[in-house]
Amino acid sequence: MLALTQKEIKARYKSSFLGYLWSIANPLSLALVFFLAFKVFMKIPIENYALFLIAGLFPWQWFANSVLGSAGVYLGNASLIKKINFPREFPILALIFHDAFHFIASFPVILLFLFIYEKHPSLEWLYGIPLLFIVHIGLTFSIALVVGSINIFFRDLERLISIFITFLFYFTPVIYSEEMIPTQYRAFIYINPIAPLIISWRNLFLEGCFDFTKWFITLIYSILMLSVAYFIFNKLKWKFAEVI
Amino acid sequence: MEKVIIFEDVYKYYSFYHHIYGGIKSFLFNLPKAINQMKNNKFWVLKGVSFEVYKGETLGIIGRNGTGKSTTLGLIAGVIRPSKGRIIVKGKISPLLELGSGFHPDLTGRENIILNGILLGMTRKEIMKKIDQIIEFSELGEFIEHPIRTYSTGMLARLGFSIAIHVEPEILLIDEILAVGDVQFQKKCIDRMLSFKKRGISIVFVSHDMGAVNMICDRVIWLDSGSIKMEGKPSSVTKAYQG
Repeated sequence: MLALTQKEIKARYKSSFLGYLWSIANPLSLALVFFLAFKVFMKIPIENYALFLIAGLFPWQWFANSVLGSAGVYLGNASLIKKINFPREFPILALIFHDAFHFIASFPVILLFLFIYEKHPSLEWLYGIPLLFIVHIGLTFSIALVVGSINIFFRDLERLISIFITFLFYFTPVIYSEEMIPTQYRAFIYINPIAPLIISWRNLFLEGCFDFTKWFITLIYSILMLSVAYFIFNKLKWKFAEVI
Repeated sequence: MEKVIIFEDVYKYYSFYHHIYGGIKSFLFNLPKAINQMKNNKFWVLKGVSFEVYKGETLGIIGRNGTGKSTTLGLIAGVIRPSKGRIIVKGKISPLLELGSGFHPDLTGRENIILNGILLGMTRKEIMKKIDQIIEFSELGEFIEHPIRTYSTGMLARLGFSIAIHVEPEILLIDEILAVGDVQFQKKCIDRMLSFKKRGISIVFVSHDMGAVNMICDRVIWLDSGSIKMEGKPSSVTKAYQG
């Protein structure tokens, strides 16, 4: 509840109408570029490609923005950290909820594209979206927490992270489908914890089907990663106020 | 008398993080040196400090720059941890008041009040009840709607002090905050601290202003290079310190 309230404050000064527009415009323009490059020029054999892109890009953007943003979160709140002993997770949580807000705000766009392609939301959304939210937050939070904590000590981590995110993007089936990966490599994408998550989001939006196996894999990943993240975080958090 | 702050043989060191400040690249290129440095290059700020603060007491901490006064306050506030020794703090603590803002630079004064309140564990309702009093006490007027980064040092100190005294702390931590306020505001703050004392609130007061120390403190500790050089009545400790 505390974190939510903080989010509210953060959201209020960050997400003006222009902020909202921007949060939509970024993935949309990416979708446009990929659509031109892969559908128009390279004739990728995926039907409804614009919708396909959008359904994967919006959840991806939530993940990527939160992780990229997490690098600067503690540095941006340096003075608060030095003066008040509050749970150090809060700034990261606030960031993730702030980006989650933008993600939810993009649902109308997804609906619009569904409508354009003559598809419709399904009943599976009712439990699928909350379930995916849980694992999405779990995964994003654990990575963001580690990035934010370590970036206090190594301030050039920020740059490495953006390279890492770019890598991860192309190894996650966002612009291509899982089926396009040659069979002998297909299993490998499950090394990437984000892959089953993004595939699940897209299948839910596109086909209205919720794959429990993929969800469960992501859940296991988020539990594992959360425990590792907390282990690192708990070791470092007492040094925040000293080093920052 | 109930003890609200107990320091038992507290040691605190800071490591020097030169290679870390240079980033990952520098850290990896100088790995053996960097690890060695982290292990051995320690700066001991506090070397076995023990003291207590009783409920309703005002403790002054004086000493030259870099002798661990602010570190002591940071330890009480719980933002840093001792390297050795034990610290017990009972009761709600105000935000650590020191020069420089405890605020988010892009938020307005009003939003910072809310943010500070939430981080201190108040509910939104409680903050809303207090917010007008806080703004009034700070005398910031319309500036309260402006981002903190446009504030002067004195204005920041005013806002910080107003928040700290209105969150109903049981322990108030003050580090040199009065030095930047104008005389009237200083007087107002001292008056408020005296009324706090009457209500049984404990105060830890770090200052170079011996006049103020003598006026409000019940007991004074003189820190010198990380250990207590003298402890006792304000008048005698400040006299020895200045002597």
